[in-house]
Amino acid sequence: MPQISQLAATYSSQIFWMLLFFGFIFFVIGRGMVPKVMATVEVRDKQIASDLAAAEAARAAANAEEEAWRSQANAQRAEAQAVIAKAKQEAAKASEISLAEANSRIDVRLNEAEARIGEARAQALKDIEALAAEAAGDIVLRLAGVKVDAKAAAAAAKEALNA
Amino acid sequence: MAAEQAKVDPMHQFTIEPMFGTDHWSIAGYNIAFTNSALWMAITVVALLVFVAGGNKRQLVPGRWQMAVESLTGFIDNLLAANVGPAGKKYVPYIFSLFSFILFANLLGLVPLALIPGLHPFTPTSHFTATGVLAILSFSIVLIVGFWRHGFHFFSLFVPHGTPIWLLWLIPFIELISFLVRPFSLALRLFVAMMAGHVLLEVLSSFVIDSSNSGLLWGTVVGIPSFVLMVAISALELLVAGIQAYVFALLTSLYLNDAENLH
Repeated sequence: MPQISQLAATYSSQIFWMLLFFGFIFFVIGRGMVPKVMATVEVRDKQIASDLAAAEAARAAANAEEEAWRSQANAQRAEAQAVIAKAKQEAAKASEISLAEANSRIDVRLNEAEARIGEARAQALKDIEALAAEAAGDIVLRLAGVKVDAKAAAAAAKEALNA
Repeated sequence: MAAEQAKVDPMHQFTIEPMFGTDHWSIAGYNIAFTNSALWMAITVVALLVFVAGGNKRQLVPGRWQMAVESLTGFIDNLLAANVGPAGKKYVPYIFSLFSFILFANLLGLVPLALIPGLHPFTPTSHFTATGVLAILSFSIVLIVGFWRHGFHFFSLFVPHGTPIWLLWLIPFIELISFLVRPFSLALRLFVAMMAGHVLLEVLSSFVIDSSNSGLLWGTVVGIPSFVLMVAISALELLVAGIQAYVFALLTSLYLNDAENLH
């Protein structure tokens, strides 16, 4: 086993070179380069974290913007609906009023017309009665040679007409 | 043992061969010759340096390479965050160095360089002289941090929560032993795991060579199954290389947790 048989001859050289080379690794690589490598990793991690935070903030801002836009749109829509409803209501009221007006005008004219018709009818009836009485008197005179009293003729005619 | 009679010596791969500086390189009388072990440590350092430098482009959108390096540092960071908590952040360079050095050394030791004559890979982590340095470093850091932060109160580590009073004479003693064993277990676990895998591969390869040499029959009956087993164990060794590096880093971070967040 050379590790033991050569121990006396080589231990000083082994220890010396081990310390030298391990010391070189520790001071040059371990303390010189490794902190730089780790600092790079740290910088990158920080960069990623800040980028993520910025993206998150941008997302939140976009969400808020959208929310604001949506509520504004909703408000505007509600306003428009209200305007439309009001206009509808006004239009309905106006048409109702004008309809009522027209109705009443028509009613007045109808009443007038009915009154006129009734008058005309009454007049015509009276004329017919008079004519009928006269005609009846004439007929009686010609047929029977009896002079009928005008009053009696009129009453008879009225009775006949109304029967 | 059959392996000892074979032409393939499974232990030879762990031999440390001085390359240069054998005679005159020394500090205070201690020889510090540049060996093949030191060479492979250097190769590990270069590979790790290239790997981490290639991923250190600091781009906001990482490429594949940068992603690989960042996952490695992130892995260590998570390990410490999970085991030590926020206080573990400052140990990332040390645990990263530990984990990636052991991982790269383990993996480089498995590179089939022996296919090229005259070359063979060497695994520094298969020597307890090397793993021991790392284990003692980890243990010393735990001791220093523990006493620095908690002073003598750090000794309360040896009295876990809920210790019955009538056991107070025994538990601290057991805890002290388990605490003192830590550096040895750290160093030996890694060294043994690496050595065992390499020895196993070498023994199996000697089976393949010897059985093929003794004829078609034995080559078919023994050699082919051994070879298939070698392929499977090579895959297992890749896994072990990662697991051992992870275990070393994990245990060190658990020990650091004791020192940082004394119960």
